[in-house]
Amino acid sequence: MKNVSSRRYVLKGTLVLGAALIAGSGLSSARAADYRLLNVSYDPTRELYGDINRAFPAFWSKTHAGDSIVVTSSHGGSGAQARSVLEGAPADIVTLGLAYDIDILAQNGLLAANWQTRLPHNSTPYTSTIVFLVRKGNPKSIHDWPDLIRDGVQVVTPNPKTSGGARWNYLAAWGWALRQPGGSEQSATAYLKALFAHVPVLDTGARGATNSFVQRGLGDVLIAWEDEALLASRDLGPDKFDIVVPPLTILAEPPVATVDRNIQEHGTEAISRAYLEFLFSPEGQRIGAKHYFRPVDPTIQAETASVFPKTTTFDVASLGGWTRLQKAHFSDGGIFDQIYSH
Amino acid sequence: MKPLTVTVLRPTRRHTLPGFSLSLGLTLLWTGLIVVLPLTALLFRPWHNGAGTMIHALYDARMHAALRVSFTCALLAVLIDLPIGLLLAWTLVRYRPPGHRVVDAMIDLPFAIPTAVTGIALATLYGPNGWIGSISSQWGLKLAFSPAGIVIALTFIGLPFIVRSIEPVLRSFPKDVEEAAFLLGASGWQRFRLILLPTLAPALLSGVGLAFARGVGEYGSVIFIAGNQPFHSEVAPLLIVMRLQEFNYDGATSIALILLVIALLCLVAVSRLRRSVSSGLVREDGA
Repeated sequence: MKNVSSRRYVLKGTLVLGAALIAGSGLSSARAADYRLLNVSYDPTRELYGDINRAFPAFWSKTHAGDSIVVTSSHGGSGAQARSVLEGAPADIVTLGLAYDIDILAQNGLLAANWQTRLPHNSTPYTSTIVFLVRKGNPKSIHDWPDLIRDGVQVVTPNPKTSGGARWNYLAAWGWALRQPGGSEQSATAYLKALFAHVPVLDTGARGATNSFVQRGLGDVLIAWEDEALLASRDLGPDKFDIVVPPLTILAEPPVATVDRNIQEHGTEAISRAYLEFLFSPEGQRIGAKHYFRPVDPTIQAETASVFPKTTTFDVASLGGWTRLQKAHFSDGGIFDQIYSH
Repeated sequence: MKPLTVTVLRPTRRHTLPGFSLSLGLTLLWTGLIVVLPLTALLFRPWHNGAGTMIHALYDARMHAALRVSFTCALLAVLIDLPIGLLLAWTLVRYRPPGHRVVDAMIDLPFAIPTAVTGIALATLYGPNGWIGSISSQWGLKLAFSPAGIVIALTFIGLPFIVRSIEPVLRSFPKDVEEAAFLLGASGWQRFRLILLPTLAPALLSGVGLAFARGVGEYGSVIFIAGNQPFHSEVAPLLIVMRLQEFNYDGATSIALILLVIALLCLVAVSRLRRSVSSGLVREDGA
């Protein structure tokens, strides 16, 4: 299977080269074109990419006047979305919750294996982090990871096996525990075991968990992406929740990529790449910040510093990278299953 | 004088139904494409990389627990649905209370509502903050986010199957049989036990079979109210979704196949029971 895909890459490389030549020769004749782009994304980015899709045509027409562009987004669980692209959804662009889901597409020959190095910041235009959402006034005084496993504290977090977003929650806890004095894989596993003993409900998705915490009043603390927490605390109930940013947490990097095989087929290579570049542009970065995703551009970071509290973060690479983590923790019989085994 | 000609009219069609072979062909084709083909794929996929995945699935303790949760909850839900469904169908057919048409239309709602909506609505209602959940929790009764929640969701989903399978039989049940029994001095309970129940039994059983099978496979409404705790309130279809999330198609189809085989055995058992009940009925009639 490896051999077939590598041969496919060679073939694909030739195709890309050929397509680039044709595109290059076509540029001089600059004719107006009709583009339809599909961005297959994950759940909490619905509003973000709604705004991006509305703003992108203006960005593109600066260099390509007269083109007509329709960008649509599709949203769902990150893993399910990756599966749909794998099974043939005509995505030009994927913007998913974790690099592992795009790695799977690369393993199946849909895009180059080195996709994550093609754009700055590990192909991540916006980052986020994992924070705690607590009831107003923080009645259980939760400030850091050890507080989550105190007696009488109930924690709401989705099942990391069914929710890509929740894998970040889990790995934030894992990484924190590893970094404690005397921390080891054993001590980190013990911490996670204790943590999940405090989780009364394992929702299958991040929005489900937010619902359980916000609407049903379940639990004392919700482990959540910062953008979801800010959305819940600012827009759903400003007087109901507080956000606690733990002193040490994970840097969540939801990456983006073009689906090489599909954009060659659709003839949308240039515009799909431009769409991703737009995400890194000052305008794209501001739209991201508006939806509570942390910008990577230093200028926009400075502009929006008041929205995002400072914290120390570690990234997934420092924990061993997605492929290794996925296998060790979230595969059948992995560490997460062991936590629940009798 | 012209010679007398006799035209012999022969039946040209061998079947009374027009276009029999065409319709049969089409039916078989559709059934093949829609039912048999995916099921065949399900039969073959788990062995893709040898028997290892299947053996692993068969001996997984968590899988056993999930199967136990799924089948027990589906069974309990059907047992709850049975008297409620019978009562509901009886009331609608026999008493026709004011507004019975509205109730009649509402019975099918669980079919129509997206299962996720059902799950979220039930979790809200039975959750710790909900109307029912807040009262029940005062008595220390935890309904949502426990196996009880699964039973509640499956009861809701299964009810129309019971009502809809009894209703037509009840409607066409001749009243004079009951009247005769009454005149012969049978009490209300005797009329129900000896006249009505045996007549309804085959329909009841097929309703039970349908509701049970649906309950075992139900995912959408259950996951919102179950709590999804491994070994405790995790249903088998959730394990399938987990395997898919790991891009482990072989593992997913292994569980699906096990689920399918057990469900099939249950359905076969129900249909055998139904046949023996109906044949028993015929014998009693003296036919």
